[in-house]
Amino acid sequence: MSATVVDKTQEEGLHEPHPKKNYLTADHTIKSWLLTVDHKRIAVLYLISTTFFFFLGSIAAAFIRAELTNPMGTLLTSETYNKMFSAHGIIMVFFFLVAVIPGVLGNFLLPIMVGARDLAFPRLNLLSWYVFMAGGTCFVIALMMGGVDAGWTFYTPLSSLYSNTPITLALVGVFFAGFASIFTGLNFIATVHKMRAPGMTWFRMPLFVWGQYATGVIMILGTPVIAITLLMVAIERMFKIGIFSPELGGDPVLFQHLFWFYSHPAVYIMLLPGMAVISELMACFSRRPVFGYKFVAFSSIGIAALSFLVWGHHMFVSSQSVLQGIVFSLISFLVAVPSAIKVFNWALTMWKGSVHFTTPMIYALGFLGLFVVGGLTGLYLAAIDTDVHLTGTYFVVAHFHYVMVGGTIMAFLGGLHFWWPKMFGRMYSEFWGKLSAIIVFVGFNFTFFPQFILGYLGMPRRYHYYYFAPEWQVYHVLSSAGSTVLGIGFLMPAFYLTASLINGKRAGRNPWGAKGLEWEHADSPPVTLNFDKPVVVTGPVYDYDAEKDSEMIRAGQRLVDMVKGEEEK
Amino acid sequence: MSSHESTHPDAPVVYEQFEDIGQQQETYVLGMWSFLVNETMFFAPLFFVYGLYTWKHHADFYLAHALLDWRIGGINTFILLMSSFAVALSVHYAQKGRTRAQLNCLWFTIACAAAFIWIKLQFEWIPKISHGVFPNPEFIQNYPHYAMEHGVPAADPYKARLYYSLYFAITGLHALHVAIGIIVFLALIYLIKKKSSLITDYIPTEMVGLYWHFVDLVWIFLYPLFYLMPRP
Ligand code: HEM
Ligand SMILES: [Cu+2]
Repeated sequence: MSATVVDKTQEEGLHEPHPKKNYLTADHTIKSWLLTVDHKRIAVLYLISTTFFFFLGSIAAAFIRAELTNPMGTLLTSETYNKMFSAHGIIMVFFFLVAVIPGVLGNFLLPIMVGARDLAFPRLNLLSWYVFMAGGTCFVIALMMGGVDAGWTFYTPLSSLYSNTPITLALVGVFFAGFASIFTGLNFIATVHKMRAPGMTWFRMPLFVWGQYATGVIMILGTPVIAITLLMVAIERMFKIGIFSPELGGDPVLFQHLFWFYSHPAVYIMLLPGMAVISELMACFSRRPVFGYKFVAFSSIGIAALSFLVWGHHMFVSSQSVLQGIVFSLISFLVAVPSAIKVFNWALTMWKGSVHFTTPMIYALGFLGLFVVGGLTGLYLAAIDTDVHLTGTYFVVAHFHYVMVGGTIMAFLGGLHFWWPKMFGRMYSEFWGKLSAIIVFVGFNFTFFPQFILGYLGMPRRYHYYYFAPEWQVYHVLSSAGSTVLGIGFLMPAFYLTASLINGKRAGRNPWGAKGLEWEHADSPPVTLNFDKPVVVTGPVYDYDAEKDSEMIRAGQRLVDMVKGEEEK
Repeated sequence: MSSHESTHPDAPVVYEQFEDIGQQQETYVLGMWSFLVNETMFFAPLFFVYGLYTWKHHADFYLAHALLDWRIGGINTFILLMSSFAVALSVHYAQKGRTRAQLNCLWFTIACAAAFIWIKLQFEWIPKISHGVFPNPEFIQNYPHYAMEHGVPAADPYKARLYYSLYFAITGLHALHVAIGIIVFLALIYLIKKKSSLITDYIPTEMVGLYWHFVDLVWIFLYPLFYLMPRP
């Protein structure tokens, strides 16, 4: 986006003898990190903690995949296996996916992108991180007490009556994590409404901001519902009252309704921020404004609204009436419309753009491929007659991994690679970056595509043996082998990104030649209050010019050819 | 308005993330409203669950509800309404800069809130809890005795237990909000008296006031739903 105040001295700030202080160098004490109210530092805190939880969740996944290489399921006992997939699901959903993009990229970029000096409520933002860590600590303690076995869905009455594991502590942990996300959502909403710089109209906001905003709305409308529902489970567990347990006169389907009332929107808490990142990447590396900007912006809001009306598609076989099933099924098909709008608009952005295959863009393209598969298989699950066969099988497992890992994590990694130079002022190795993006994509498909076939053949989810159908072993082994590749792909960035902090090239303000306040008006890394001068926005968003860009590349190429020609003569 | 009452002759503090005081005030109020939306969704499932089970076990819930005294609930309703009025006044005085009047209103609100909790404990929770009529394994035995003592026909004890579980959960969560309100009011008074830089305009009072009206509103729904149940 173009802006009138282009400050030349800032561009040259890089070469000053006394380097300007930025948010990282402003203060070095531990206390200055733990008590910071700077949204950028809080983003870094979130980056460190979500990475830790991702690592923890991955270890559990490794055990699951190891167990399933053998039809007899001899590595782990049934109880341990249940605890493994519960730990995996709970950590990945509540302590990683929900928090990662809003907590890291959203916190870091949202204020800068709207031209504000910080989020609206900086102290609330810090509180959010502490509450998140408190929740994480509760869950880690629950793990150390032996782990919980009720799955990430905490279905009653197992969770409320029968399970002998520290469920209550785990519920408290998730409750806290929920409030962390509510605080983040509140901050985003207030910031977007009230903190935009002069000239930053709603339709000049980057689509990243629209996506985070829609996410914030879901967070404050949906998360309190799961919070209180899990509290009810905890109460039922402690006092043995019958809200959800049929033995005590309660209704387990009621729990499912309340749970999915949040948890379907929650899948969009996980995905919308990812889509938000992808819009930025597509624009920058196609050198074109995002095609159909308003459609993409409103599709985020549309997804947020519709996502509250489809929860019943998780419950087609749970005694809800046929009419309910049909209504939920039809509305679920509707959700595909705004999602498809986004995909088509991204595709059209690349069309006639000049696409640059950088590391972030390769991640973004990977996102596109995987999300399309995930979304389309969602339609099989949203159709009642196919879902009756596929529900509770590996088909569902494959579906949601394609959307949540293929969607959210690819987008997160793409975004992290895109804004890494901005966040830390250093370039990483493009070679390793591209390699990791490709390895993740290939590994991912090897891991999860076989699971579609397994699910179609009938492999039930959450089983740790399949001696009744040993012919499935080949798919399971393929999947486990793929997950090893995937794991390597995920580990690589940890190394080369860390290395870049030490020996990476200095990035300069705008290494990608990107548009946007964060690139054009803020240093890399930005100063503590983001900008040296107040920002005034005068131009449209995504002020890229593909024609000019490719023209310049071609001109440059002609020049090189000419010089070469001269030399050869 | 006399000038010596005005707490802050200086201009209000604008935090570094804001451009001017207007933006800061609007942002805080918007933030508070968003929080109340969140709070609404926090209470909503409880009301939904209660509504569902009332619809399903209306007759038993009706019998169980006979042990609640609508007069005590009514007094508490009145007390909360008074407190809301006092909070509204205190915001008004805060805007006018009449600090002493503002503080008096806040003290009155705290008194109301404390009275609410005291009445709730003294006449409702403690008698029931001391007779074992609260969610616990012996409820099933205790409840019929307690009902007999009070001369009301007993409901199916299992349904009654559900009723009282929801009663304690919802009124408990509400009372927790009242207690948090008291703490926040006390903190507000303390900061105002200390002339803290955290409170340089009426916005903190307004925000706490909004919260308090919400707590009040929850009770306005809670009271008829629990105490004034229609005959099945
Ligand atoms: C095109 C849009 C989508 C449709 C129509 C759709 C449809 C469905 C349906 C019908 C189910 C239930 C299957 C069953 O239990 O039998 C399901 C499961 C699931 N979906 Fe989607 N989905 C869509 C997109 C997404 C997205 C974007 C995400 C996450 C980012 C997601 C995450 C999940 C998860 C986590 C589950 C499994 C929950 C569980 O049982 O543990 N879905 N999806
Ligand atoms: Cu769903």
